[in-house]
Amino acid sequence: MHNLTIAELVKGLQSKEFTSVELTQHFLDRIANLDPAYNAVITVTAEQALQAAAAADQRLAAGNAPDLCGVPILHKDIFCTDGVRTSCGSKMLDNFIPPYNATVVENFEQAGAVVLGKTNMDEFAMGSSNETSFYGPVKNPWATDSVPGGSSGGSAAAVAARLAPGATATDTGGSIRQPAALCGVSGIKPTYGRVSRWGMIAFASSLDQGGPMARTAEDCALLLNCMASYDDKDSTCIDREVPDYTATLNNSVKGLRIGVPKEYFSEGLHPGTEEAVRAALADLEAQGAELVEISLPNSALSVPAYYVIAPAEASANLSRFDGSRYGYRCEDPKDLQDMYCRSRAEGFGEEVQRRILIGTYCLSAGYYDAYYGKAQQVRQLIQQDFVSAFENVDLIMGPTCPSPAFKAGSKGDDPVAMYLEDIYTIATNLAGLPGMSIPCGMVEDKPVGLQIIGNYFDEARMLNAAHQFQQTTDWHTQAPEGIA
Amino acid sequence: MSIERSEIEKLATLSRIAINEETISEVSQRLGSVLELVDQLQAVNTDGVEAMSHPMQATQRLREDEVTELNRREALQAVAPETEDGLFLVPKVIE
Repeated sequence: MHNLTIAELVKGLQSKEFTSVELTQHFLDRIANLDPAYNAVITVTAEQALQAAAAADQRLAAGNAPDLCGVPILHKDIFCTDGVRTSCGSKMLDNFIPPYNATVVENFEQAGAVVLGKTNMDEFAMGSSNETSFYGPVKNPWATDSVPGGSSGGSAAAVAARLAPGATATDTGGSIRQPAALCGVSGIKPTYGRVSRWGMIAFASSLDQGGPMARTAEDCALLLNCMASYDDKDSTCIDREVPDYTATLNNSVKGLRIGVPKEYFSEGLHPGTEEAVRAALADLEAQGAELVEISLPNSALSVPAYYVIAPAEASANLSRFDGSRYGYRCEDPKDLQDMYCRSRAEGFGEEVQRRILIGTYCLSAGYYDAYYGKAQQVRQLIQQDFVSAFENVDLIMGPTCPSPAFKAGSKGDDPVAMYLEDIYTIATNLAGLPGMSIPCGMVEDKPVGLQIIGNYFDEARMLNAAHQFQQTTDWHTQAPEGIA
Repeated sequence: MSIERSEIEKLATLSRIAINEETISEVSQRLGSVLELVDQLQAVNTDGVEAMSHPMQATQRLREDEVTELNRREALQAVAPETEDGLFLVPKVIE
């Protein structure tokens, strides 16, 4: 059952080939047996899952089941779940049990999905290797000595290891696409404002966006149908109709104009990754798409702009964790200042503290214009590059990351080396554009991701191209050794 | 590039993060390497470019001034480190 796609599971449940309780128990068993090797799941909610599955089976029997009724999924531990610990991968929230559901969680509940548990992640979603989690690093199922990517590495590893057919994730600078690429799964970060951020613990609010991960583009479409919604409670959510993303999956890509940015194929790109991505582009060309070389001249500035904007927003967002109202409080504080300073020093890990300090620096008196103001101007230039490019092309494609999964611990000492891991993904967050990664090859026995960038709210076209690619290739069906 | 010790101490105070003495030089060095990266921005000509704060130039929408939140004090305070009579307790603020 774990090799079936969500689309197939929905059919199987509706035609009573198996029950949701059987399916849920199957995935719970897989988590119990296999996850000790990957550490992809922080919290398993077995009891609630089986109850929800039994309720789903009743609705399926009654014939009034919603779209995802009885389908088991995992939520990234950044989405608040009523009554279930939501840690954000941090000691700071190790004891935090939210009294409410995030809108995304609520949407899946309405659609009848069964939540198996919560996935591991880099602390407060800050990281590209899943090594900063308070709950220990996640291992890549394709090579357990390598990282799964981050920050949604738990979700990606869980989907790759067939611990769940799909999972939620979030992306601030590449945190859906990069782990999807490194773990050989499909994932989409929608347009900024497409998915509600309410109840999704904030990192950098002008960049954060939730999205789904699954093995196929079709499954991502099914999950995005449920995840995307307009929400009054998120003031940056855009009020715009959500199309049925599955309706256009079978369109032909004939005549589709694909922009290939020359800056995404420059030095630093692994030759094997380049070869796999070029082969994928050739496949789409053979299906009738047209490849157009384009230029995104300000690409190189996206990493420095991001590492001003994201930490600046994080330093403001994370000021709420002060030991007063929820989360970690240090032992025996001698006064209020001591409570703040020690709760935060003991509750936050090293990378989170580093980003808060950088963000505070960039926002402090005398530096604001030179750093934050400047970065927001550069952001405008980066967006203009994309606006110009989309006057002439329908989609933009290139590699998701510069190389396949790197060895755990290999970039630990150098924050800047780690930051460059997201060099191809960050620009779309800065511009607010949707981005996707799908498996397109193997290098050194590890998966390679093809990145697909769309125009604003053009997720349907991206999913369509990805689905068509998956009709003629089988990279998305491959499984790590010992998994299938 | 490294940052002065006094600057790190000031940042730590502003950020309300206690930094221990032994790690200051390491923190200074690591922050320095990040600042070196972001300093690439200084070379860019941005004269006349407007700062971008929302990708779609969306503005904050307005709503009717009505009470929409339910009173969930007990549920919200159940996760607090310390409360008393519906109030959050913190160490003494005024001597």
